[in-house]
Amino acid sequence: MIPALGVKGLKVSIRTDDGVARVLDDVGLTLERGRILGVVGESGCGKSTLIRAIMGILPKGASVEGGEIWFEGENLLAFSEKELNTSVRSSRIGFIPQDPLLSLNPVFKVGAQLLEVMRWHAAGTRRDHIARLVMLLKRLQVPDPENALERYLHQFSGGQRQRLLIAAALSCAPGLVIADEPTTALDVTTQHQILGLLRELVGEFGLSLMFVTHDFGVVAELCDDLCVIYAGQTVEQGTVESVLQAPSHPYTRALLACHPDRATSFVGIPGMVPSPLARPAGCLFAARCADVQVGCLAARPPQGIAPSGAEVRCVQFA
Amino acid sequence: MARFVLRRCGLVLPSLLGLLIITFLLIHAVPSDPAAAMAGDAATPEQIARIRAQYGLDQPMWRQFLVYIAKVVQLDFGESAFSHRPVALDIFQRLPATLELTFCSLVLSIGLGVPLGVVSALKHNAWPDYLLRIFSVMGIAVAAFWFAIMLQLLFAMNLAWLPLRGDLSSTMTRPPAITHFLVLDAVLAGRWDVFGDALRHLVLPSITLGLGGLATIVRFTRAGVLDTLQQDFVFYERAMGYRRMRLIWVFILRNSVTATVTQIGLLFGGLIAGAVVVESIFDWPGIGSYTVNAILTGDKQVMLAVTLLVGAIYAGVNILVDVVHGMLDPRLMDRA
Repeated sequence: MIPALGVKGLKVSIRTDDGVARVLDDVGLTLERGRILGVVGESGCGKSTLIRAIMGILPKGASVEGGEIWFEGENLLAFSEKELNTSVRSSRIGFIPQDPLLSLNPVFKVGAQLLEVMRWHAAGTRRDHIARLVMLLKRLQVPDPENALERYLHQFSGGQRQRLLIAAALSCAPGLVIADEPTTALDVTTQHQILGLLRELVGEFGLSLMFVTHDFGVVAELCDDLCVIYAGQTVEQGTVESVLQAPSHPYTRALLACHPDRATSFVGIPGMVPSPLARPAGCLFAARCADVQVGCLAARPPQGIAPSGAEVRCVQFA
Repeated sequence: MARFVLRRCGLVLPSLLGLLIITFLLIHAVPSDPAAAMAGDAATPEQIARIRAQYGLDQPMWRQFLVYIAKVVQLDFGESAFSHRPVALDIFQRLPATLELTFCSLVLSIGLGVPLGVVSALKHNAWPDYLLRIFSVMGIAVAAFWFAIMLQLLFAMNLAWLPLRGDLSSTMTRPPAITHFLVLDAVLAGRWDVFGDALRHLVLPSITLGLGGLATIVRFTRAGVLDTLQQDFVFYERAMGYRRMRLIWVFILRNSVTATVTQIGLLFGGLIAGAVVVESIFDWPGIGSYTVNAILTGDKQVMLAVTLLVGAIYAGVNILVDVVHGMLDPRLMDRA
């Protein structure tokens, strides 16, 4: 079966005043249809750039230097900006942002903004669109859905706002939804409710979901598959059970050891992520790795298969 | 909304009172004797004393002020010491010409300034941006009296495209003054020749008066749009697939013009101040040239009345700015 989303060897660079920053340096991931893929990494590892590259909205000075992005069997990188805007965004790929308060436009009514998107990207009449939005808001347990459309964003609570934006992402019935840490700003109870809703919606609407987060707890609760990114590289990808039960890459192991649910004391990974302006020649994690060997510093390690079944970028499994 | 406006108006009254007190004190601090000026050079001390008593100028200053306030509340600003006409009537007849001029300048500076500011921001650090930035610095820096004379030399004298001065050619007969707005009166009278001629007379003074505002608006709009472009909602709206034109000219612009709108309110004060210079150069029959004459002849009633009027207009415009802010950003209304 053709995966919903396949990224292969993606490289993205940004020209800055200090030189060329290699923000993404060989990112690969596969999201099978109907599944939920968690993309995990620290701040600054390139998660946001990955999302932007998939949506075709890279920041100024950034460009895709290599690699492929396949979306339902089509090469997304071959799409023009106009094609992306008319026939991919919203209609085929929905997006849930991290902070709803910073995302929907504060000076327009919520309903007017969502209906405008649907006018361009969803089939049917305005009446159908309103009906669908009301249905979605009801499904997402937003109280008084009809009136909600007439209100402004700042008049909703944090959890309600996130529900609105999930409804917005689903409004034009896309097959793929990309979520950028949508629960980070929420309290634990609300986060739990929203994750539960997302899980149900994926089944109900036949979605494939790419869920970007830095929180392994969220991944364990929500996702089927997991992709760990470090310094712009995919270092480990596999099913959630295999990776969480038997993490193979030293970085994944170190990250999991830091998770507050598992760690016995407050520890971190020693050292710093290498700067995207000056990436070392060898393994990008070598400087911080507990199991570093001589060969690690010479060349980038190839992708290998770990005993858990996960794809891992480490000399141990090459 | 109505309460919001009423409260703002309530706040304006003390400011206007303060303005009046300061102006009153300043004018009385000037060592000139209005009674002597009114009586003329050949007057005897008795004549001057009689005029002084007649106008209450022999009373203590606080009493003069109270009498003045009582009159002002009834919109009676006294009469001009020279024309001996009521100041209120003079203002009523001359203000429309100034409003016509400031309105045209404002339309010019907003109508051109906002789009140019957006273009400058979208072409950030490319040649249109550099060009517009140079232009806007020059526009703010250039002196109105110099710029006006250059325009007159080029467009009125050398090219003879536009009239040199005044608000209407001397060969034209004025339409009946219904509104005292010449352009409107011409339309009401169906005098399209006067209408066209009046518009041609408006061009050079409006450009002179509007230049500084235009440059300021370009800069503020540019800064606002650049700031907005960095915000997360722009990425979100692009990811949602909004049309580019809609995104730029509606979503981004509406979030970018808050500072510009504030600036327009402040500019209005500058426009009225600028009208004093521009009207003198272009011989425009408005409040500005009226004020210059009043200052030159020491006509205190006129100076007081004009200062109060300009203060009131300025305050009114800034209330309007607050209302526009509330309409642009509903979050402000909910907070107020």
